[in-house]
Amino acid sequence: MTLPLILLIAILVIYPAFYSLHLATLNKSMQRFIGLGNFEFLFKRDTFWLVVKQSCIFAITAVIFKALIGFIVAHFVHNIPAKGQRKWRGMLLVPWVIPPAMSTLAWLWLFDPSYSAFNYTLSFFGIGPIPWTGDADWARFSVILVNVWYGAPFFMIMYLASLKSVPEQLYEAAAIDGANWWQRIWYVTLPMMRNIIAITTLFSLIVTFANFDIVRILTTGGPLDHTHIFATWAFRIGIEGSDIPLGASVSLFMVPILAIAAIFILRDINKRGNEA
Amino acid sequence: MTSTVVIDKAAPTRAVKYGSMSRDRTWALRWSYFFLTLFAIFSLVPPLYMLITSLKSSAEISAATNPWWVFHPTLANYAGLLTSNQFLRFFFNSACVSIFVVTITMLISVPAAFALARMRFWGSATLATGVFLTYLIPDTLLFLPLFKMFAAFGDLTGIQLINRWYVLLIVYPTLTVPFCTWIMIGYFASIPKELDEAAIIDGASWFQTLTRIFIPVALPGLIAATIFAFTVSWAQFLYPLVFTTSTDQLVLPVGIITTLIKGDVFNWGQIMTGALLGAAPPLIIYAFLMDYYIAGLTAGATKG
Repeated sequence: MTLPLILLIAILVIYPAFYSLHLATLNKSMQRFIGLGNFEFLFKRDTFWLVVKQSCIFAITAVIFKALIGFIVAHFVHNIPAKGQRKWRGMLLVPWVIPPAMSTLAWLWLFDPSYSAFNYTLSFFGIGPIPWTGDADWARFSVILVNVWYGAPFFMIMYLASLKSVPEQLYEAAAIDGANWWQRIWYVTLPMMRNIIAITTLFSLIVTFANFDIVRILTTGGPLDHTHIFATWAFRIGIEGSDIPLGASVSLFMVPILAIAAIFILRDINKRGNEA
Repeated sequence: MTSTVVIDKAAPTRAVKYGSMSRDRTWALRWSYFFLTLFAIFSLVPPLYMLITSLKSSAEISAATNPWWVFHPTLANYAGLLTSNQFLRFFFNSACVSIFVVTITMLISVPAAFALARMRFWGSATLATGVFLTYLIPDTLLFLPLFKMFAAFGDLTGIQLINRWYVLLIVYPTLTVPFCTWIMIGYFASIPKELDEAAIIDGASWFQTLTRIFIPVALPGLIAATIFAFTVSWAQFLYPLVFTTSTDQLVLPVGIITTLIKGDVFNWGQIMTGALLGAAPPLIIYAFLMDYYIAGLTAGATKG
């Protein structure tokens, strides 16, 4: 009964993954073996290092902010009376439900150079028109902002679920011992949620690192390739520039971070499997 | 024992302390509501702005009026899109692809999860972990080799897969099947063994155990997995962008982006309307089945 599953994974996941290793060693017309030539070429290009830097900035900053916002919002939702929680949770999860390609279009329109609704609002506070996607640093900020907007609800839901599983007695004990709110979070909540925080963060790191939709639609990598991340640059080179081997070598740079995160996630899952 | 009671009763600060605690609580609540409102505004501004823009005419969009308000609401954008054959085609393609993918996903992952949860065979534990690992391999890593593979397959057999909408039926399951199998394993494993042992004793075959016992009992999990498969295939953007190009083969997200944006001319009213209509099916499902949606979301980490 698992045969279709095995076939699917073997033919459409495992095989392409190794095939891309092979592709990365071919020349542009895919007829000649050039060993590590593609990688040598990449290492000599400034754009490549720009992409590496931007991918790291993008993924790490976005994940940190998603985790922080998710943690804070989960606490606020947990704080209010139980009968109102459903309504708030429902509203706060909306960004996660809308297909990212669609919601990024809304952001693109909110960031529009001439009709930006944000700039209209900010102009009342005397803040000049901000080039949301036109200037390299602002564009970096914008893609991260949209990614945080999209991903924070996921963290919120995960943390909320794990907050609810922390036994109330622990907080009572802490309160009796005279712990203030900060100590309650640091000594009770965080240790109890450690597992969920770790797995959610690692998981999100993978997804954010491999993100494509948001950057592609919001900036298409621009201005001047400053917001390209591995996935969008691989698409630009491999599909638009029809140099599939070079694109494959770019996307292979996602593997190390994926592998590290996957190992940690796997360890965590095995550990819990043994506990159960 | 008695002395402590006396002290407690005599302590004058006690009542005051209760008062301050409840006052703290009230303030904490007010702050919670205040920040929740802020976050809710942050979450809902883009979808609301989609709605606002979709109700405006092009003239009003380019006028220098307050962008946050509709002065002359019009349904022209909706009428325009819903009568456009091209847009309906995208919608139809998207619906077709999603429904087929959900069916394929369920047909593959439910039996597989059943086998992995109940039948102990050689390598079943490794396979279960492997399924989860493949879920972690992102689409952005596989699109180039897959593109090359399908092109080579077309050259070899003459069956053209690139630029046909049904190629998506082949690639989408790689995104949906691993996760659905994974959460179904979790749900199936939580069913008490006595239940299927009783069925086996009564002479049920493996197939009957699956359809009469496992699927009805694990129905919430099945719904969560279905919703997940549907939302993933509806929202997928990279694969259709890579594998389909002609306008009659496109699915909704790619269709909106490639046809409504013509060069540098952005018809924002229609784009926002299209985006809103494209976001509608997942939002409607979410509105009615929020609990299943959240169950599917948290299953990956909490059930494992």
